[in-house]
Amino acid sequence: MNEADHLIELKGMTKTFPGVIANENVDLALRPGEVHALLGENGAGKSTLVKMIYGILKPDAGDILFQGQPVIIDSPAHARELGIAMVFQHFSLFDSLSVVENISLGMDKDVPMETLAEEIREISDRYGLPLDPHRYVYTLSVGERQRIEIIRCLLQQPKLLVMDEPTSVLTPQEVQKLFVTLERLADEGMAILYISHKLDEIKALCHHATILRLGKKVAEVNVDDESTSSLAALMMGEDLATIVKQDHGSYGEIRLQVEGLNQPAFDSTGISLDEIHLDVRAGEVVGIAGVAGNGQDELLRALNGEEKCQSHACIMIDGKHVGLLDPNARRKAGMASVPEKRLGHGAVPDMDLVDNAFMTAFHRMGLLARGLINYPKTRQFADKVIEEYSVKTPGSHVPAGSLSGGNLQKFIIGRELHQSPDILIVSQPTWGVDAGAAQTIRQALRELAANGAAVLVISQDLDELMEITDRIGAICGGRLSRFYPTSQMTIEKVGLLMAGVSLEGDSQDAA
Amino acid sequence: MLPKLAKRPTPSRFMVYLSPVLALFLSLLAGIVLFLIMDVSPWTALHAFFIEPISSAYGLSELAVKATPLILIGVALSLGFKAGVWNIGAEGQLIVGGLCGGAVALYFYEQEGFHIIPLMMLAGVFGGMAWAAIVAFLRVKFNANEILTSLMLSYVAGLWLNLMVHGPLKDPEGFNFPESRIFSDSAMLPLLHEDYRLHIGFLLALVIVGLGWILISRTLLGYQIKVSGAAPAAGEHAGFSTARIIWVTLLIGGGVAGLAGMIEVSGPIGQLLPSISPGYGFTAIIVAYVGRLHPVGALFAGLLLALTYLGGETAQIQLNLPVAVTGVFQGLLLFFLLACDVLIHYRLQFKQPALAARGA
Repeated sequence: MNEADHLIELKGMTKTFPGVIANENVDLALRPGEVHALLGENGAGKSTLVKMIYGILKPDAGDILFQGQPVIIDSPAHARELGIAMVFQHFSLFDSLSVVENISLGMDKDVPMETLAEEIREISDRYGLPLDPHRYVYTLSVGERQRIEIIRCLLQQPKLLVMDEPTSVLTPQEVQKLFVTLERLADEGMAILYISHKLDEIKALCHHATILRLGKKVAEVNVDDESTSSLAALMMGEDLATIVKQDHGSYGEIRLQVEGLNQPAFDSTGISLDEIHLDVRAGEVVGIAGVAGNGQDELLRALNGEEKCQSHACIMIDGKHVGLLDPNARRKAGMASVPEKRLGHGAVPDMDLVDNAFMTAFHRMGLLARGLINYPKTRQFADKVIEEYSVKTPGSHVPAGSLSGGNLQKFIIGRELHQSPDILIVSQPTWGVDAGAAQTIRQALRELAANGAAVLVISQDLDELMEITDRIGAICGGRLSRFYPTSQMTIEKVGLLMAGVSLEGDSQDAA
Repeated sequence: MLPKLAKRPTPSRFMVYLSPVLALFLSLLAGIVLFLIMDVSPWTALHAFFIEPISSAYGLSELAVKATPLILIGVALSLGFKAGVWNIGAEGQLIVGGLCGGAVALYFYEQEGFHIIPLMMLAGVFGGMAWAAIVAFLRVKFNANEILTSLMLSYVAGLWLNLMVHGPLKDPEGFNFPESRIFSDSAMLPLLHEDYRLHIGFLLALVIVGLGWILISRTLLGYQIKVSGAAPAAGEHAGFSTARIIWVTLLIGGGVAGLAGMIEVSGPIGQLLPSISPGYGFTAIIVAYVGRLHPVGALFAGLLLALTYLGGETAQIQLNLPVAVTGVFQGLLLFFLLACDVLIHYRLQFKQPALAARGA
């Protein structure tokens, strides 16, 4: 292997932020035509590394060689000039403009609109990225919006394409289409740096993988020589316990029942809920899959009472109508919930953990005495949650905002679990949580169900849902699909449900 | 290149509390510069402003008289500001409270009895609450910005007071001056000492400080106020109704401001005049912030800001300085306080920033 073959080579890249080392002495090298995975858990430093490649962040130390020449990339414009293009996880598009207008805005040079539209059409034909240049962005699906970003990059004829977690917003079917395009680009000699923590995708697409853990490079491997579990072990640095689903077949009574729930969107960007029917029995974990922004947040808020329903009868807890009750009245009836957004929704960043423990637990844990907050008791409760769910923190006196995402999630889930609710509704239970803690949380959810509670998990992580749920369905555009026993489902079938396609029959292979 | 503001990872708690002291120190420095420009000896001026007024027992009692409304309203506004409800119309609520309390006093004119003062207090509290309720209603029902409505209602309140003292409440034997009758003794707040103007309203202010402290640090309502201000979505998750918090904080603010207005007319003033407050309701906003939105802080801040009123008067008498110096000092204090707060939460970054314009 000749060094000179490398398109780009990073040596000893280091970047620190106040209080955190995001990257420490990371090396990375890519050849033309190679699809190279940058693999790591949330917070491992993947985004920091690629932001340095794209000139958004300046490294504290380290060298970048591009086509053998040392370069200092000081801005994204400079990166584009060199031939580096990047597709971000979050798109920067104007909804009210057309595709071609959006692309024109991001161009470094001026190109007449019609010429540009022609070029867009050409590229979209060549790489199987169907897209009408004159459509308005607000009419496009998330997958189509991503195509705009990809075409925007391809117009610059880059030598290196960086993709930051491109599939987190796509259905499995859209992912397949994206991979065909990427393979085609690699065949034409483009180098692709593919950032992800999804192992199946990396197995399917990539040649090499560089694995980051806590900001350091821990390995560079040939993907074909590894299995998904060996990659997982490298990524997480530990072996994972497997979840035990106890033998069931007999569930208890219906604890949570939703009958014809309709909810108009609460703002112009929200999703309205349409005829939601749902029931969760004692001892059961039910999963709702879905691409982000299809009504998950709205559903959680309608279920936990943050948005009251239009009729009292549309939600029942243990057979009692609660549709018009507020969150606290529903808590009294036995329902607990964990929203997706932790800071600012599940917890108050500027308040300490004691105050945050009080937030949803004061009634069920009896933390109020004669109208006054019982602080000693609240502190005990907070300390117990911290201890039981091994939340890493200097103590219960620190503000919630100073905890890492995973630790805060452990605290919030622990706060709800410790109240032993009869019904738990949890959104994205392990998003951003390190693998060990994620497994603890999943195990705890199963145990809660085993003790007779009804658990509803809303998640975008299909592997997680397949692993811990008994029944699974999906939400798409504010409508719920039918629910199927998880044992009869595959990722592909759930993918169809996520796209709003109904499965033919109950258990036939529709994918 | 221009320096940029970069957020500090963890602002120092110590500095957060030191900030008012720093701001006071900087205001004094700026004051010295100001006096030099005006060709007045800074030492004489500062002495007249800050030392002279409190170098006698009478001065101290006057300080407490002026501080009473500031402390009362400062405590009440702190609660609202903590909840993110920006009631800046306490001046109007004070005026309506004073007007209602005064109207009760005039109704019982030439009567005696211990029922008059409590009735006046109730009228003052309800008057202020009613005025603030308009703001709460508009905010909850139509999402009208409470900063604008409460401020504009202050001017409406001032006009109402004027209308009343020019009309129905005018002293019939007052040679057509726009003033009410002087209240009878039973409508005047008892004095704490017969030589001074200091009245029991000051004790009431201390009680409100204590109640405010317990409310904010120990009760469920105080907790809800803090959560709703710090993270409204978290408040809704916890089941605290935002509308209820808006109503409660505005009613408390209005009620206490109304009480302060009643105390003013029934204490130091003793009748209804076209103007019953030198802007106490606005100055109390500064009191709340200098006091770090804490009731005990508001106590000290109220005394400090009261001193700027007294000092302004002394400086006017002794040095012929314009009375606007009071306003200038109050403005400087608020300005420096806000500046200190910004620098406590952010730091200036002069070198090339690590982050370019576009984030991901």
